[in-house]
Amino acid sequence: MEKKSEYDILTDKVAIPYEIAAGPTWTRFFEGFRQEKIYGTRCRKCKRVLVPARSFCPRCFVDTDEWIEISQEGSIVSWALTEYEYYGMPTKPPFIGALIRLDGTDSNFLHLIGGFDLSDPEFVRKTVKNGMKVRAVWNKEKKGHIMDIKYFEPVK
Amino acid sequence: MTKEYNTLKNVIELPHKYAAGPAWTRFYDGLKQEKIYGSRCQKCKKVFVPARSYCPACQVSADEWIEVSQEGKVISWALSISHEFFGMPVSPPFITALIRLDDTDCDFLHFIGGIDLSDAKKVKDLIKPGLKVRAVWNEEKKGHMMDIRHFVPVSG
Amino acid sequence: MGRPVAIIGSGQTKHGRRFDVTYPELVKEAVDRVFDSTGISPEDIDGVVSGTMPSMMEGVALTHFYFADVLRSVGKPILKTETCGSTGVSLAITGYYWIASGMADLVLVVGSEKMNEGDSQATMTTVVEPFYQRYFISGAPGIFSMQSQQWSVHYGIPEERVRAAATKLSIDHHNDAFDNPYAHIKKKLTEEEVNNARIITYPVRLWDVCPNSDGACAVIFASEKMAKKISKNPAWVKGVGYSGEEYWFGDSDKVVWQCAIDAAKQAYDMAGIKDPRKELDVAEVYNPFTFQELLYYECFGFCDFGKACDETLKGTFAKGGELPCDPSGGTLCTNPIGATGLNRVAEAALQVTNQAGDHQIPGAKLALAHAMGGVDQYNGIMILGSKL
Ligand SMILES: [Zn+2]
Ligand SMILES: [Zn+2]
Repeated sequence: MEKKSEYDILTDKVAIPYEIAAGPTWTRFFEGFRQEKIYGTRCRKCKRVLVPARSFCPRCFVDTDEWIEISQEGSIVSWALTEYEYYGMPTKPPFIGALIRLDGTDSNFLHLIGGFDLSDPEFVRKTVKNGMKVRAVWNKEKKGHIMDIKYFEPVK
Repeated sequence: MTKEYNTLKNVIELPHKYAAGPAWTRFYDGLKQEKIYGSRCQKCKKVFVPARSYCPACQVSADEWIEVSQEGKVISWALSISHEFFGMPVSPPFITALIRLDDTDCDFLHFIGGIDLSDAKKVKDLIKPGLKVRAVWNEEKKGHMMDIRHFVPVSG
Repeated sequence: MGRPVAIIGSGQTKHGRRFDVTYPELVKEAVDRVFDSTGISPEDIDGVVSGTMPSMMEGVALTHFYFADVLRSVGKPILKTETCGSTGVSLAITGYYWIASGMADLVLVVGSEKMNEGDSQATMTTVVEPFYQRYFISGAPGIFSMQSQQWSVHYGIPEERVRAAATKLSIDHHNDAFDNPYAHIKKKLTEEEVNNARIITYPVRLWDVCPNSDGACAVIFASEKMAKKISKNPAWVKGVGYSGEEYWFGDSDKVVWQCAIDAAKQAYDMAGIKDPRKELDVAEVYNPFTFQELLYYECFGFCDFGKACDETLKGTFAKGGELPCDPSGGTLCTNPIGATGLNRVAEAALQVTNQAGDHQIPGAKLALAHAMGGVDQYNGIMILGSKL
């Protein structure tokens, strides 16, 4: 019990464990990560290539069972440099979250931009531009997890 | 069922503060002095315990504070023996019970203890609706609901 | 089309850091106010709609059960609506549906949040799943930064110009909040303070961001028969709109933002509005971030795409301008999320019934209320008018 106002304040933590089913599509997508491959699926109807791979097209509502290995290069669609931190934040600031259009795909892939100094926002602002080419950098150790890709770095 | 696909394990932990407000603050301060406070509705004259700021039925303020009896009768009870879930605030075995403290008009929720809980049949023979119980306090007070350790059967 | 529906009263709490009361007591403050202001008795209410942003914000799940007593809902049907940031407008739309359908004549609608009791961004992050997006989103500021950054580059608006427009909105709204007795943050800001404030997620800085507020809002919706019987001055629901997009953030365009455009179009069509800029007298646009407010002006047809900065800097959307937006200070100054959208609806109702006090837009007859929810995923709108 702490007193931050004239009345009492109770403090508590709610912790809840989850085991989340990846299902067939995410399982296959993350298995691809173990081999340093990024998979997408193509909709037979609208022909869009969606990444991450998925089991159906959210616009046409048809199954998307054509699996395609996607380019690991693409261009930045938008980005945000995060400077603040909240409780339990899974990625520690500073980091750049970005939407990346991987070559030959029709949706934006969400990941990090990195591989350079992020300590100075002015430097980051001058370095990172929409449309800039980037490519995936992989961690040595693979876990079949979204963070097997360390980040996307600018292509020199 | 065999697990064909991957799963991801994850714990969500969220910190919380709860404003106790005037009524709960005064109630907890009472616990520090080994007093249990209730409040009486001006309109329907019912005595509620824990004390509250307003009558849930009449929606008028219940601001007549009354120190209520530390003895009462068991209305209903449940013995938790083996079912333990993640983050359970108290580990089994324990008995939760609705207790009607003398001269109050709602049931107070707390533990029944001070007896051997290892044999469910013995517990069942001992704890009956209508059984007289009284509060037993922890030595150290924190202004917390668990300052009352539990209620014990009143012998004789 | 259903039956006509009106708002006959509203009650807001004082918003801010409210550790002086428990969560139900905070809700009670708003509920008591709406009953006091309308003079009707809780017994007359047919049903209750309650909502918060996500249940886990305050560490008590199913908050509408927690509030059952203070909502005076004992013995009545109760519905919960939970659509993230758009909860408040969804609550209003739920109340509207209930009466428009003919199933109820008087409905109490209550939105609330105690942002300071939990960790707001840690809670909001649970809105996204943990195996892909959660690593990159960085709470609400990260999403909105990406969106506004893409928008400004798409239309080739120089960064300085976007900054200048956002700064004007920040200064104006924090100043407007002085006229709103329920607002949380009221502050005289200078351009220098806003431009050089701490970076949250670049380009968003501290004064571009709403506060964590504790607060609640209660509104009573009525059928035509009851509205005419009880109220001399009801605000009539002229139109509602709600539209959504795919779940994954990277799947849809957030610059020409279809769900915002569609929600507005639905509401305008229903209200018979052809030229929103001319016909609307005031708008309560959901603006938790200055930058995002600029996008809404375009998506709602208040100005052409790519022109929001120019129009903002001209004063089109300021008090005294052609279409004043957020004269209450808006979400930027007060954001108890589950109540926020309902605050927009309540403010719009106050405006068209000439009860907005110091922040009244003179002669306002038609007002728009709006809120947005999820990872830029949903937009909801309600249009209120002074005439049936
Ligand atoms: Zn398709
Ligand atoms: Zn009473």
